[in-house]
Amino acid sequence: MTTVFDLSLLAFEPPGWGKVLLVGFLRSIELAAGGYLLGILIGIFGATGKLYGNKVVRDLLEIYTMVIRAVPELVLMLLFYYVGTDLLSRASTAMGFGSVNIDGLTAGILVIGLVQGGYATEVIRGAILAIPRGQIEAAHAFGMPPSKVLRRVTLPAMTPHALPGMANLWMIATKDTALLAVIGFSELTLVTRQAAGATQSYIMFFLAAGVLYLALTLVSNLALRRFERYARRGLVSAR
Amino acid sequence: MANEPAIEIRDLRKRFGSLEVLKGISLTAGQGDIVAIIGGSGSGKSTLLRCINLLERPTSGEVAIQGETYRMRTSRHGDMEIADRRQVQRIRAHLGMVFQNFNLWPHRTVLENVIEVPIHVLGMKRDEAVHRAEKLLNRVGLGSQKSMYPGFLSGGQQQRAAIARVLAVDPLAMLFDEPTSALDPELVGEVLSVIRDLAAEQRTMMLVTHEMAFARDVASHVVFLREGVIEEQGPPDQIFGDPRSPYLKQFISSVA
Repeated sequence: MTTVFDLSLLAFEPPGWGKVLLVGFLRSIELAAGGYLLGILIGIFGATGKLYGNKVVRDLLEIYTMVIRAVPELVLMLLFYYVGTDLLSRASTAMGFGSVNIDGLTAGILVIGLVQGGYATEVIRGAILAIPRGQIEAAHAFGMPPSKVLRRVTLPAMTPHALPGMANLWMIATKDTALLAVIGFSELTLVTRQAAGATQSYIMFFLAAGVLYLALTLVSNLALRRFERYARRGLVSAR
Repeated sequence: MANEPAIEIRDLRKRFGSLEVLKGISLTAGQGDIVAIIGGSGSGKSTLLRCINLLERPTSGEVAIQGETYRMRTSRHGDMEIADRRQVQRIRAHLGMVFQNFNLWPHRTVLENVIEVPIHVLGMKRDEAVHRAEKLLNRVGLGSQKSMYPGFLSGGQQQRAAIARVLAVDPLAMLFDEPTSALDPELVGEVLSVIRDLAAEQRTMMLVTHEMAFARDVASHVVFLREGVIEEQGPPDQIFGDPRSPYLKQFISSVA
């Protein structure tokens, strides 16, 4: 048993792997948070484009959300990562900036953000459609410019409707980071595998990683619940 | 400028697909006029009102507010569309509308609803907007509910808050779209009494209503709409006391 659960291997200082694990965990959170925020931005743009844009915008967004939701995430990530960085590099060379090296974190955030954006577009679109139309109409009737209507009425009014779906997306984002292990990004899953491989303590290290993922979920849940209470402040809930 | 009519509608038509809802309406509301629009369901009353602030786009015809005509143009498909969005926004900011379903913003308190447009559309300073809003809320009897969210108020209270929200922009004219139709009967009176107070101040109003006694009492001019045309119009005593059109006679006896 001592070989399976040799807790000294989790010590912060080498030969313990604790620090490596924690750094990987932090990178996972960075990735998830960055990708999620980017996904929200894409989602807001995508949803408003789908609802209020012209036909070209609507069609392009339709293709985007269809591709994102049809192709397995791992395939998308590989595709975005290898093809995307290559294209970016080529474009940069062609424009005379020389070849660029996109660092792993930026690329990872872009990849997760693009995937999240596809789902967020649909979540936010549905949430906007759930707003009673009179509330938006009232804003227009008072001469509010469209950009302000979006900021001051549509977005805050759709937030409570979007939150359950967006909370799901956050949980998915935290776990999608593990897929980036495949492209060699040192997030929690990859470093766990390295630690486990080096020490042969597979069970302990993967359990430790599991505990970290679980802790992230639990803390997120608390935060999301508080935010949901705030977002629903004016709504009389019918259960 | 002061002599310009507050609202002038010239030969207004509105078509939804093959259904023509308004078939050439011309109507003027002078300063301080209180025009009540009555008529059966589907007669085009609400559509007419909503054309005044362009929530509905007319198919043809003109609308002028305080002498300023909305600039429209013909789109590729032959519809009229707004030619100058800023002009529309500027005019709308001074036309208050009270809706059947109140349409308050649920994520803002009553006070925040009332200061929203003065601050974020008219550019008023927050302190001043709050000060004015508190006075208006006291006036409509909601002084002690100002920090509540609208969803937790009764329909009558919500509609009074909506009226305060309109008063906060110091409107050139107020548009009421069936303001009491969504209310429980016992709450109608409190809203009507607020509107009655405003009428006494000689504020220009255009009011779509099913409350005939109220229209007779408050309006300076009554318009009876039937199938998209003005069937009869005149002072309330004439419309309700001595109707000419058989349709109007029938309508009045059916709702009385």
